[in-house]
Amino acid sequence: MISENSPVILSVNDLTVNVNGTQILKGMNLEIKAGEIHAIMGPNGSGKSTFSKVLAGHPAYDVTGGEVWFLGQNLLELEPEDRARSGVFLAFQYPLEIPGVSNLDFLRVAYNSRQKHQGLEELDAFDFDELVQQKLDVVKMDAAFLNRSVNEGFSGGEKKRNEILQMALLEPKLGILDETDSGLDIDALKIVADGVNQLSNPDNATLMITHYQRLLNYVVPDYVHVMANGRIIRSGTKDLALELEERGYDWVLDEAAAGVA
Amino acid sequence: MSIQVSPTLPDVESEVGSEIRSELGLSGSAQKRQACLSRLVELAIASPSPASWLQSLRDRATAQVQSQSFPSNRNEGWRFTDLSDLLGIEFAAAANSSVQLADLAAYVLPEAEHSRLVFVDGVYAPHLSALSHLPATLQVGNLAALAEPDELLPYLAQQSGADELFTALNTAGLSDAAVIVLPKQLVVDPPIHLLFVATGGDPRSAQANQRPTLTQPRCLVVAGVNSALTLIEDYVTLGSGVCLTNAVTEIWLAENAQVNHTRVQRDSLAAFHIGKTAVSQARSSRYIGNALSFGAALSRHHLEIYQTGEQTETTLNGLTMIAGTQVGDLHSAIALTQPYGTTRQLQKCIVGDRAHAIFNGKVLVPQAAQLTDAGQLNRTLLLSPKARVDTKPQLEIVADNVKCTHGATVGQLEADAVFYLQSRGIDAASARRLLVYAFAYEIIDQIAIASLKQTLCQFITSHTD
Repeated sequence: MISENSPVILSVNDLTVNVNGTQILKGMNLEIKAGEIHAIMGPNGSGKSTFSKVLAGHPAYDVTGGEVWFLGQNLLELEPEDRARSGVFLAFQYPLEIPGVSNLDFLRVAYNSRQKHQGLEELDAFDFDELVQQKLDVVKMDAAFLNRSVNEGFSGGEKKRNEILQMALLEPKLGILDETDSGLDIDALKIVADGVNQLSNPDNATLMITHYQRLLNYVVPDYVHVMANGRIIRSGTKDLALELEERGYDWVLDEAAAGVA
Repeated sequence: MSIQVSPTLPDVESEVGSEIRSELGLSGSAQKRQACLSRLVELAIASPSPASWLQSLRDRATAQVQSQSFPSNRNEGWRFTDLSDLLGIEFAAAANSSVQLADLAAYVLPEAEHSRLVFVDGVYAPHLSALSHLPATLQVGNLAALAEPDELLPYLAQQSGADELFTALNTAGLSDAAVIVLPKQLVVDPPIHLLFVATGGDPRSAQANQRPTLTQPRCLVVAGVNSALTLIEDYVTLGSGVCLTNAVTEIWLAENAQVNHTRVQRDSLAAFHIGKTAVSQARSSRYIGNALSFGAALSRHHLEIYQTGEQTETTLNGLTMIAGTQVGDLHSAIALTQPYGTTRQLQKCIVGDRAHAIFNGKVLVPQAAQLTDAGQLNRTLLLSPKARVDTKPQLEIVADNVKCTHGATVGQLEADAVFYLQSRGIDAASARRLLVYAFAYEIIDQIAIASLKQTLCQFITSHTD
């Protein structure tokens, strides 16, 4: 939902990033306001996933230039855990399995670390259980998943639903979905998309990183950006995604190359 | 970090020529080792011998010890485990200690509240033990109290490998032992908890006990045909004085018997621990062994499985978690001799600071052991750049129709895993603690006793930084 007067949640200016000495992001610019849903598409190796991990603070990436502002804070100065506590959430493409740690305990530790950071009340096991039961509905998850180890033995779809459940609990200001649609069958995709839609409101923003247009049928973006070679080379509406689906990426790349030349 | 899959050294007993030799022809360090062994043998022999029928066993074992020399790291089997810290220590027998049940509160398991045998410095402590919930047909108690030696003679000190130095040293001083004899068909419901307490330097003990002590716990389990037992063998120390525990456990499984055995070594960091678990498995028997090693400045565990009948199942889970300058060594050997055996071994090591873990895992599959299905995996997590592991899988396969796999992995905590937790608002230190716990939990989860599982989980969390 686009509204001109909404506050800016994320502002990325001329961001450049290296991994092991190789430049991956070569001048990213992006502004996301409250209430908006953005999608970044692009061919493999364009830097989409790198961008999402840099926002979340992955230590393997060296920011060599540019700036990232999140709700008035310099995001790049914050540790990953402080970014999370301040309201950045990254749903992983490959969520980690943690055998021996119950999903319920993990969710509660994560929830309480945010509560504490924001000066809010931490919940005991009993109150948290009540809260989490309400949130399970968002992704139609069975309560039995709470007592299993985090993501251990979960199917691909169950892992992604668990990511969205975490997002529902942590109520981020910026939810970043990194290839959340990959590996999902259509039923799982609908459940995940439905969860994302339920969580979207005028005060927060969503950034979807995806290779395929399919997800965008269910979570309709306000803006679609095409990334190639470490930069956004074209931005448009959801129609751009449909065009990419039909014609592939080559024409955008060609036009961008012609524009540069 | 150092990872070594080691080549075999010849078993060299003599010292190199450059060392100054004494008139006896032994180098200084060889003399020290011999003196140390002599002292240990004297201590063993001096322990009370409760019955005449034991004396011949003890004499034979004494002779076996005296025909060997104290190992140095020139012996292949002790290459990475240096016992020289033991050489200068004047060990003494433990004096009587006045341990009360309240002192052991942290170790009492609710599941075995009425099926517990406690040994203090190797001596049975009836006032700390509780046996009321065990079936009457089960013989359980200490060696001295059991009247029928004839039943025990075919088993006591009769496992292959009984002549190994430290096992023989234990037998040479054999005076008390935990004995569990299950008649055929008996399924014992409550787990039996064997709690071996060493009181090295314990303030509650008499003056003489302030000296470094030698204790030699012993355990014999004979599981009859179709019987089943859950056993916890638990080594703890009271006080933080220097002590050497040299423990031997022999387990015999008759046809179709099942033993679920958890061995926990959580001695103080001043302790030395040498332990033997020898298991004989008859046809169709099932042995599940969980070996957890957390304590002691230096610990060495010999875990030996001898298959005596077809179609046995053996599951070995192990966790060694050490830090500081601890040394933790597991030498396991699975000797298959019959067809259709199945073995699964998973040994995990978590090594912090400058600690050093050693794993040597033999699996012997001779010609007769056709259709064996053997799997072995050693996984090590190194938590510091100075932490070290030496791992050596050693499969000797002669049979030609078998399935045998082995593997060894060594790694550090994955940055991606830490990042995943951080991205959920969990700080980096807590994230690392959680991941170490998760690595250990795969083994802890195999333990059949809920309260012990919980205690060990807490231990792991509180010992990770």
